[in-house]
Amino acid sequence: MELLRFSTAGSVDDGKSTLIGRLLYDSKSIFQDQLDALEAYSNQKGYGVVDLALLTDGLRAEREQGITIDVAYRYFATPKRKFIIADTPGHIQYTRNMVTGSSNSNLSLILIDARNGIVEQTNRHSFIASLLNIAHLVVCVNKMDLVGYDENKFNEIVDGYKVLASKLDIKDVTFIPISALNGDNVVDRSTNMSWYNGPTLMYLLEHVHLSSDINHIDGRFPVQYVIRPKEDRYHDYRGYAGRVASGIFRVGDKVMVLPSGFTSTIKSIDSYDKTMEECFAPQSVTIVLNDDIDISRGDMIVRENNVPQSSQDLEMMMCWFGDTPMQPNGRYILRHTTKESKCVIKDIRYRIDVNTYHRNEEEKQIKMNDICRVHVRTQVPIFFDSYRKNRITGSVILIDEATNNTVAAGMIM
Amino acid sequence: MQLYNLDHLRDLEAESIYIIRETAAQFERPALLFSGGKDSIVMSHMARKAFYPAKIPFPCVHIDTGHNFPETIEYRDMWMKEIGANLIVGHVQDSIDTGRVKEEKGPNASRNALQTVTLLDTIAANKFDACMGGARRDEEKARAKERIFSHRDEFGQWDPKNQRPELWMLLNGKKSVGENFRVFPISNWTEMDVWMYIVAENIPIPSIYFSHQREVIDRDGMMLATSDFIIPGPNEMPRKEIVRYRTVGDMTCTGAVFSTASTLQEVIDEISASRTTERGTRSDDKRSEAAMEDRKKAGYF
Ligand SMILES: Nc1nc2c(ncn2[C@@H]2O[C@H](COP(=O)(O)OP(=O)(O)O)[C@@H](O)[C@H]2O)c(=O)[nH]1
Repeated sequence: MELLRFSTAGSVDDGKSTLIGRLLYDSKSIFQDQLDALEAYSNQKGYGVVDLALLTDGLRAEREQGITIDVAYRYFATPKRKFIIADTPGHIQYTRNMVTGSSNSNLSLILIDARNGIVEQTNRHSFIASLLNIAHLVVCVNKMDLVGYDENKFNEIVDGYKVLASKLDIKDVTFIPISALNGDNVVDRSTNMSWYNGPTLMYLLEHVHLSSDINHIDGRFPVQYVIRPKEDRYHDYRGYAGRVASGIFRVGDKVMVLPSGFTSTIKSIDSYDKTMEECFAPQSVTIVLNDDIDISRGDMIVRENNVPQSSQDLEMMMCWFGDTPMQPNGRYILRHTTKESKCVIKDIRYRIDVNTYHRNEEEKQIKMNDICRVHVRTQVPIFFDSYRKNRITGSVILIDEATNNTVAAGMIM
Repeated sequence: MQLYNLDHLRDLEAESIYIIRETAAQFERPALLFSGGKDSIVMSHMARKAFYPAKIPFPCVHIDTGHNFPETIEYRDMWMKEIGANLIVGHVQDSIDTGRVKEEKGPNASRNALQTVTLLDTIAANKFDACMGGARRDEEKARAKERIFSHRDEFGQWDPKNQRPELWMLLNGKKSVGENFRVFPISNWTEMDVWMYIVAENIPIPSIYFSHQREVIDRDGMMLATSDFIIPGPNEMPRKEIVRYRTVGDMTCTGAVFSTASTLQEVIDEISASRTTERGTRSDDKRSEAAMEDRKKAGYF
């Protein structure tokens, strides 16, 4: 059984919580005691009916405000797949949560209210999905029941969206007309929209092709931890523990260690109960080399004939998360795979308006939720691939040295 | 390319081992909180895998309320030997004896809330800067938003409104003096994943997870085992039932369920068919709907 991680986005009241509640409910992932608690809460608040949306509203403060304000993770499974939902809120001030929720997703689900059509937030969500290089996009046109299940209305929105998508780097997009409230085309095929021949949402989630989402070409192994047992029988054992970021490594492969540039061959690939002939992303393994090379956390083992780029000057798209604005020429700590380096933001190339996609080259003030392109200079060379090619070796976070907070996410060009 | 797809359990395992290794690499004095329940068993099993053939480079910590099932303690000692881990035990009784906490009175007295103090004291005494816990996001609403590296201020408090963004798998464990972290390596597992993994890896678990005969009483909609800590009241008639437990908690607040499931497969079949979440068998969560959130704010696991 495969694992599909997806994120959801929509403006407030588009029906996101109702839709997730329905997916959980129709896949029988809601337990009786959860339903009981929900019913009790709904009654106490005088709602009359059980509100499925409450299932996904986590913290008390949020419940009191009646809105979702952070990323929440939900789990459900069908006989075909296991699913992890990163549920992210749609308000303007929470771009950072959507970027966060999307960063590990294979698929992004964007909701549009059929009555309102494409709104500013649709632009923003689509932009972020494209920026985070999410492989699959599903646009659910919700509340079809409120527009009389009208095919023309649906087509109008699809056409409008295609215009929007043409301005972005979006690979694979599917449109589905649904009613989250009534369940049309969510798990069961709608009898109200015989004009629609495409998949239901659940069918799509269960069948979308995933294996091509992982980079199996460029061998990259960031070293996380060096294993040196303190027992006599393992006296000479030096294992490099890590998670394969991409590509495939086999015993006997010629490899290069960065930054030293020393080469060696793979002696063994160990996991607890077996030694393996090969390993691939995203497995966690321990690699042993045939030569004694000084390797520590932050180094990267790569295939000798396929090495990443190396530079102290990185061009990247950046989403700012910090409460305090980006400091021009500010110094931060950059985390890239298992490596850290001090860095300075040398230049803000432009700030992008996530609603109109307009690039503003004059704008040098970068505040929370802004997205911009920057030039970052690091103290030591970073070994990277472009984010489009490799999500793991192409992504960084910035940490504020004073507060230790994560203040930005970067995607290397 | 079918060959290079990971099954979902292996995918989750790879992620958890990555998190455990990150914790060992980023912190000076990490520890693994071991409750004796299946979640912390699975976590410690993966800790052993993560550093093999070296030993687990951090201790396991058990907060003993003194109201544990004897089976849990017996299992704990066996398992620690099996995985070759160092065990540190914090006793709630010590916190009571030294006046750090006051024991609840009455028939529903539970030491569950007191654990928080003992835990925080144990963390302070050992200067732990990161404690791994076996909590899962699917367990309970408040946990659905918890980060994998969850920052605690110098008072051990969690601030749900001010969590660090966590992107890709770039975990930020930086902290100031006196602060520490809770780390949740199996955040993304569900109850069913844990069970399936226990089967796949053939991991031993405490006997109370399997069907057995036990003397119980009914209290607060739960079946509680009679023991030195649960004394039947005048209207509570002890009786023998065939039961098992879905979670390993305190004897004072963990309810048994009717069950004849005596093998792992039978347990899994029972859970697949069941309509109650596992936390539903623990009274400490039922006390209030936002109970978990309150306790987490106060530094509970
Ligand atoms: N008629 C109709 N109402 C819906 C549908 N989906 C959601 N709603 C209603 O729209 C409102 C907002 O839904 P909610 O799920 O809370 O939106 P969220 O803010 O996106 O999470 C609620 O009153 C829902 O009952 C739908 O498909 N049809």
